[in-house]
Amino acid sequence: MKVDILGAGPAGLYLAILLRRGDPSREITVIERNPPDATFGWGVVFSEDTMSALRDADHPTYTEIGDTFARWDSIDIRYRGERLRSRGHSFSAIRRTLLLDILQRRCVQLGVTLRFGVEVTDPATLTGDLVVAADGVNSLLRRGNERRFGSVVAPQGCRYVWFGTDLVLDAFTFAFRETEHGLFQAHAYPFDENASTWIVECRPEVWRAAGLDAASEADSISFCEKVFADELAGHRLLSNRSQWLNFQRVHNRSWHHGNVVLVGDAAHTAHFSIGSGTKLAMEDAIALAAAIEREPDLESALVAYELERQPVVERFQQAADTSAGYFERVAAHTGLEPIQFAVNLLTRSGRVSHANLTLRDPAFGRAADAWFAGRGTVIAPPPTFTPLRLGPVTVPNRVAVLSTVSTVSTVDRVSVPGAGLVLTELVAVDDGGRVSVDTPTVDGVDWASLGSRAHDAGALLAVHLGHAGARGSTRPARYGMDVPLRGPSAWPLVAASAIPFGPNGIVPVAPAADGLARLRDAFATAAARLAEAGVDVLELDLAHGRLLAGFLSPLTNHRDDAYGERSRFPMEVVSAVRAVWPADRALAVRLTVADRVARGGLTVDDGIATARELAAAGVAMVHVEAGQSVAEEQPTYRRGFLTELSDRVRNEAGVATLVGGHLTTIDEANTVLAAGRADLCLLDLT
Amino acid sequence: MKVGIGLPNTIPGTDGARLLEWARRADTGPFSTVAVLDRLVYDSLEPFTTLAAAGAVTQRVGLATMIAIGPLRGAAMLAKQAATVDAISGGGRFTLGLAVGARRDDYEAAGVAHRGRGARLSEQLAHLRSECDDLDVPLLVGGSSGAALLRMARYADGYAHGGGPPRAFASAATKARAAWGDLGRPGRPALWGQGYFAFGDPDRGSAYLRDYYAFTGPFADTIAAGNLTTARAVKDFVRGYEAEGCDELILLPTVSDLDDLDRLAEVLT
Repeated sequence: MKVDILGAGPAGLYLAILLRRGDPSREITVIERNPPDATFGWGVVFSEDTMSALRDADHPTYTEIGDTFARWDSIDIRYRGERLRSRGHSFSAIRRTLLLDILQRRCVQLGVTLRFGVEVTDPATLTGDLVVAADGVNSLLRRGNERRFGSVVAPQGCRYVWFGTDLVLDAFTFAFRETEHGLFQAHAYPFDENASTWIVECRPEVWRAAGLDAASEADSISFCEKVFADELAGHRLLSNRSQWLNFQRVHNRSWHHGNVVLVGDAAHTAHFSIGSGTKLAMEDAIALAAAIEREPDLESALVAYELERQPVVERFQQAADTSAGYFERVAAHTGLEPIQFAVNLLTRSGRVSHANLTLRDPAFGRAADAWFAGRGTVIAPPPTFTPLRLGPVTVPNRVAVLSTVSTVSTVDRVSVPGAGLVLTELVAVDDGGRVSVDTPTVDGVDWASLGSRAHDAGALLAVHLGHAGARGSTRPARYGMDVPLRGPSAWPLVAASAIPFGPNGIVPVAPAADGLARLRDAFATAAARLAEAGVDVLELDLAHGRLLAGFLSPLTNHRDDAYGERSRFPMEVVSAVRAVWPADRALAVRLTVADRVARGGLTVDDGIATARELAAAGVAMVHVEAGQSVAEEQPTYRRGFLTELSDRVRNEAGVATLVGGHLTTIDEANTVLAAGRADLCLLDLT
Repeated sequence: MKVGIGLPNTIPGTDGARLLEWARRADTGPFSTVAVLDRLVYDSLEPFTTLAAAGAVTQRVGLATMIAIGPLRGAAMLAKQAATVDAISGGGRFTLGLAVGARRDDYEAAGVAHRGRGARLSEQLAHLRSECDDLDVPLLVGGSSGAALLRMARYADGYAHGGGPPRAFASAATKARAAWGDLGRPGRPALWGQGYFAFGDPDRGSAYLRDYYAFTGPFADTIAAGNLTTARAVKDFVRGYEAEGCDELILLPTVSDLDDLDRLAEVLT
């Protein structure tokens, strides 16, 4: 078999080694446009998993790599002049040029043909039985065939520059520095006994404000040395053709076409902030070589390789996307206290939970829990079981569960004893505001008795009060949602504008100012009744395309009167309700923060602005929701799909939040809470 | 978890006699359901007609479309076909699984616009769920996009997954449950999975899969590589799906030899 490998990075060289090792009769050529000693970048990070894979794949290179590795187990977070250290993570790294040198020498030893300084411009000149695209982010072999590979390449995250430094760190270090232009952060780690990698990152507007778009390399270095003077402690930043870059995210639906196969960065990139690029590239090489040894023919081998690697890489890419997004918006977290800031950073990509952190470093876990509980003691409950002060009321713990009114009233104890807050289904202000005939109304329930049942179970009772608006007059939920009633059983609907919800929806009437005043009064009357009956928390509905949310979203509010100012009517209702809701009870709002449509909907910034307005109007907590302003939308579902939105509302609007979004475990709740992404978690226990 | 078997209605060359014998044997075997696929521009048999016939020669086994391409049919016609299968099979045995399908040429052949197919499926589902139709059969909806999951949670009783290893099912199941909660539906969605198998002549089975999925390009090889060709592979697959919370798993044949059905019955008992 003849194999042509384009690109002499870690993926290409390592694949050459493994294929030649497997069968010395294979003719393997690695073609590289740069000279053998060209240097790009500084150190690269590996994990323990990668090291065991390398040990099994080729022992001589494993031994050499292992001998020169820098290893460490701590992550330092340098923030507000403090250094927080979390232990128990295992990392290793190596100087990139040294890694390449080890791999090149092994190639030569095994009889691989290495051709450096050869620029390939026509892929047709590669005539191997197998042609490997190991030629990186801008892969020539991929670029000619974007449609076949289903390639998507797009910039991601902040501006960054890759420096070295002669400071030898003893931990993976994240450093944050506020400047007059905005926030700068560094990602730094040691890679041998002489040097460390020091990546500097900032948002594009900060980069421009600091004049770095026009700065020379030397100016950039001296600027960054000043910003991180404390952390660098007198050491220098070193350049290696270090330019400010945009990270390119590469994704391919298919990794092979005909006899061409993609490996490493040509196939996929994962944002550098999770430090996995080289690891993934070398694991690709191992999987591809193993599939070629194992499978009866080349085609099956390429399919098997793709089947094995794609799911793994997808997981890393998702974590990398979340991490890149975190660093883009980290300036919004600078209100967090250092320990919570650290937990938020460490759990940013969803791969590390509260339990993982506590297991890896019990002292760090205890310190974080003790801080969260507001205690100086070393023994504190985990965040979920820390009471929450919500304005004047105290929720006994941080778990909320949903319960239908009939469940609460017909059983002796509420459906899930142990939760701190029992939140009812939607309760309509009056008959006209019902979703279906099954929707309870304020008048139809013995709230005092319901409240005492919740209290008996150790929980507070929260009532979700609203008006269905355009989503009313539908069949009961066992037939699905938003299936309109027809004929005599239907009732007339009101909404911000006369826009039906979903297929066959009843066209609502858009009330004039006097009609809106009556609706506002109905909310106030209903709230007063609930207050009288002793309900602990009122959650007013401004979510999911129902009456009040319909005013907020530009998709459903087309009014040309004063209520075309979208927050006007919902805020009038909030004020009217606040006026009758007792000062010793908590008022919350369920809010659609953003729409889930391509264009024309509510943006996250709109939602954050509304959350600020609500907080100023005396709302103690925002229950974060997304979308459902209209029926056809493009949501993204996963575990905790609302967590990031809640993080933004809580930290940018400065208001307590309740979040659901398919959280199912106490560990997930602990992680969300400890990181300051929400104050209360709605667990899905179905 | 229940395990059902596919009828070979999309395997070229399957005649009526073979198909009905397949259904009869499935009815006496360890299978919960016989299910059909739907393709217009392919050498295949129409799913509702096939299920009506299968319903007429069986007593016990459930009948399901896994899935039928909803938008190829008008909503009223779809409802009529579904109600007819339900009636002919005696009531209570039929499950209607719907999705938008993956092939543009099926739409062209049916004279239906490919664009807007998702919204049209939503309209059909709203129709099927309305009082005037009130079709009394369980509904499943398939598809992997967020919009499809939302449609499932809004109108269906459960989710029809499109196939793949257990971990792919697990990830889709999590999303389906998340969508269900997002819509505020009480309880949880029924979760149906599917996989392909061939025992006697696995090469022929895999060749069929490469042909059936040729329109997906290189992904056809990936699907063919997932064909379950040994008892061990089937057992692991079944166990994997059960562990991930699947309610009903349909194993679809890739070769229409009755021996394959008998072998699968043996493996499952």
